Amino acid sequence: MIDFVGKRKWYFLFSALVILVGVISLIAFGLKGGIEFTSGSTMTIDFEQTVEQADLRDEMANLGQDDAIIQRTGEDDFLIRTRELEPEVRDPVTGEVITPSEQQMIEEGLELRFGPLIVSDFYSVSPSMAKDIGRNAAIAVVVAAVGILLYITWAFRRLVKSFRFGVCAIVALVHDVLVVLGMYALLGAFFNLEITVMFIMGVLAIIGYSVNDTIVVFDRIRENMAKRSGRDIEETINNSILETLGRSLNTSLTCLFVLLALFLFGGATIHNFILVLIIGVISGTYSSVCIASQLLIVWEKGGLGRLFRRVRPRRVQLKEA
Amino acid sequence: MGRRNRLTLIGIILLVAFASCVLLIDKIDLPLIGERDGMKLGLDLQGGTNLIYEADFSDIPSGERSRRLDEIKRIIERRINKYGVAEPVIQTMGSDRISIQLPGVTDVDEAKDLVGKTALLEFWDQTGGASAAVTQEAKAGDAQIVVNDAGRFSVGDIITIGPWQEAWDEDALTDARTITDIDQGTNTLTLDSELDLDHEFGEAVQVWLPATGTIDGEEKPLTGIYLKDAEVDIQGRTNEPVVRFEWDSDGAELFSQITGRLIGMPLGIVLDSELISAPVVRSQIRESGIIEGLDVGEAQRLAIQLDTGALPVPLTLVREQTVDATLGEDSLDKSLIAGIVGLALVLAFMIIYYRLPGVLASFSLLIYTAFVLSIFKMVPVTLTLAGLAALIISIGMAVDANILIFERTKEELRARKGLKAAIEAGFDRAWPSIRDSNVSTFITCAILYWFGDQFGAAPVMGFALTLFVGVAVSMFTAIIVTRTFLRVIVLTPVVRRVGLFRP
Repeated sequence: MIDFVGKRKWYFLFSALVILVGVISLIAFGLKGGIEFTSGSTMTIDFEQTVEQADLRDEMANLGQDDAIIQRTGEDDFLIRTRELEPEVRDPVTGEVITPSEQQMIEEGLELRFGPLIVSDFYSVSPSMAKDIGRNAAIAVVVAAVGILLYITWAFRRLVKSFRFGVCAIVALVHDVLVVLGMYALLGAFFNLEITVMFIMGVLAIIGYSVNDTIVVFDRIRENMAKRSGRDIEETINNSILETLGRSLNTSLTCLFVLLALFLFGGATIHNFILVLIIGVISGTYSSVCIASQLLIVWEKGGLGRLFRRVRPRRVQLKEA
Repeated sequence: MGRRNRLTLIGIILLVAFASCVLLIDKIDLPLIGERDGMKLGLDLQGGTNLIYEADFSDIPSGERSRRLDEIKRIIERRINKYGVAEPVIQTMGSDRISIQLPGVTDVDEAKDLVGKTALLEFWDQTGGASAAVTQEAKAGDAQIVVNDAGRFSVGDIITIGPWQEAWDEDALTDARTITDIDQGTNTLTLDSELDLDHEFGEAVQVWLPATGTIDGEEKPLTGIYLKDAEVDIQGRTNEPVVRFEWDSDGAELFSQITGRLIGMPLGIVLDSELISAPVVRSQIRESGIIEGLDVGEAQRLAIQLDTGALPVPLTLVREQTVDATLGEDSLDKSLIAGIVGLALVLAFMIIYYRLPGVLASFSLLIYTAFVLSIFKMVPVTLTLAGLAALIISIGMAVDANILIFERTKEELRARKGLKAAIEAGFDRAWPSIRDSNVSTFITCAILYWFGDQFGAAPVMGFALTLFVGVAVSMFTAIIVTRTFLRVIVLTPVVRRVGLFRP
């Protein structure tokens, strides 16, 4: 029989390393907020003729937008991010346009220089809208975690220490969120990824997936504890993990199949969202087997303090061997 | 085949037939549900504009706000319906925001002008207001005037500069401005914009105040709330567009009192605190009047706004998104391809890994897809790009219940149970896991939905709703449908080849 639980310090070490790299990336590169967080305007422009990025930057500066961020998204497609653009001003008496909107001025200016173009997507968020979203996102994540903790405690109420199951599931959940945030920061440093509402949605969906996955393993532990299979908690949990491993892997595989299809063939708009889900599904499957269940054993055997005390002598033994 | 099984199987077949009809027939008309014509696509899939406005509730007590927000929503709905946009979606969001989705609308500036204006119509006169004389000549282009007593005015007053009241006639030249600053020391008034005319020493500066009349012994200002009707008309004399309005009985009474008092004097027509014209009253009028000096589009929008009523509080645009129709179509096509590829991969995996049960699960998955799609056609849920993604992801997750059951069945087979017993035990034992794990997904969906509602992110709400429906339907198809299929297949000779059940 495969000994899954015996190697738990390696799982913890691996997770700690991944999270450490993530946290360092978070500190070093940070997460770039999209306009939904910082306010501003973005426009996606498809040019008919070939346009050089440097020329486009030059023309945007001419149009008074020298702090615009310009990104090439396709052959002749660009994403331009600016501060929030001013709307048009009309004379209140005659209804005549006194100053056209900045968006219109940019469009006309670019058209004059680079020929026909289509603005396929225009998006503008004001500071008053942007100020709420970070707070709401944090509330949503915390409420989700508390709701799930309460639910698991209730669902496992027949077990003596049902609260522990809830806490371990939450630790696995926090693990997954940290992995996603860290990897996103790391990738973001190279591919210019921004935090959007879609990203928050992905993180919340991952919370759901992570707990869903953990519960299946916990459910089997609950069942095996009732049957008293295995000599001690370690063996019971090891059995439970082995019995549910096929399911855990297969379900994440089918999920990864559809996510991969969406990543490769779906529109560019949801790319970042799908990326979050792919990282999250892998991390969620790993954490339910290698973090949540293993933590249950550690807790049962005397808490986290003893985990660290026990790890040290074992390391010495490994060196000697 | 047991009697119950047969009934369930017939039920499933009927449901599948129903779902296929819903999907295959373009235009459906069902009792309780009504008429549906294809799926309702979000702006990110069909192109259009989404505007989000925030209401300024600083002067409204918190208990009244939700009622006011509903009122704003109704007014905006009426404005847009009169303007003629196909299938607009107007929703309140959180405590003080309104989201307006206008499919296919490309002239965003015009839409913003129509929707966002408060459109409070007021009538002001100069009989009760302060007045002073210009003591220093002012040239066109100046933004300041010097008067003999600046103490009579306050910042925000709307004033006219021109001949004295008594000397008004139709050709009298005046400038109407708002005072933005007052210097009491030098008696200088700073104006909101530069003067158009030269003003001579001794000309009058007069303040406009709301014109009032008495109804049932009570003094009341005349405003747009008394309007019965407003429409665009072309003035015969000048061929220019005007807005013609008609009062209700109280409005007519006030209007007749005010115009009777002001014969030979100007009556200011004020829209959203801007004086838009100040005609001289020629005779007492009761029922109706006109507003001049507008271009065609402006007159059209003003007529709609007056007719549908003023917004109770001002609105500010806080978010705007416009998606081109071609981009929407492209996103839809790409999602369809991704969905088909994803579905094919999952089906292939299930059949290769689980053999015969995998084939049955694949049938269930196809039925699942048909059910979910037909539900989205029957329930008026707007399908967004994120919703489509959720739908496709839910295909990957929908097989989870079957995977749980089949893994369990394999375990029971390994424990040397008979095939039939192993299948039943597989379903029974997997049930608590399926139930518990899906409830946690439901909790997440609810929170996602709340988050989306707070931020007014329709995509997030669409995602949450789609995932919720997907998980709920998948519990039905994975358990009832697959189980019935398996129970039926167990009665056929296939049963002897247990190998078909194990890879």
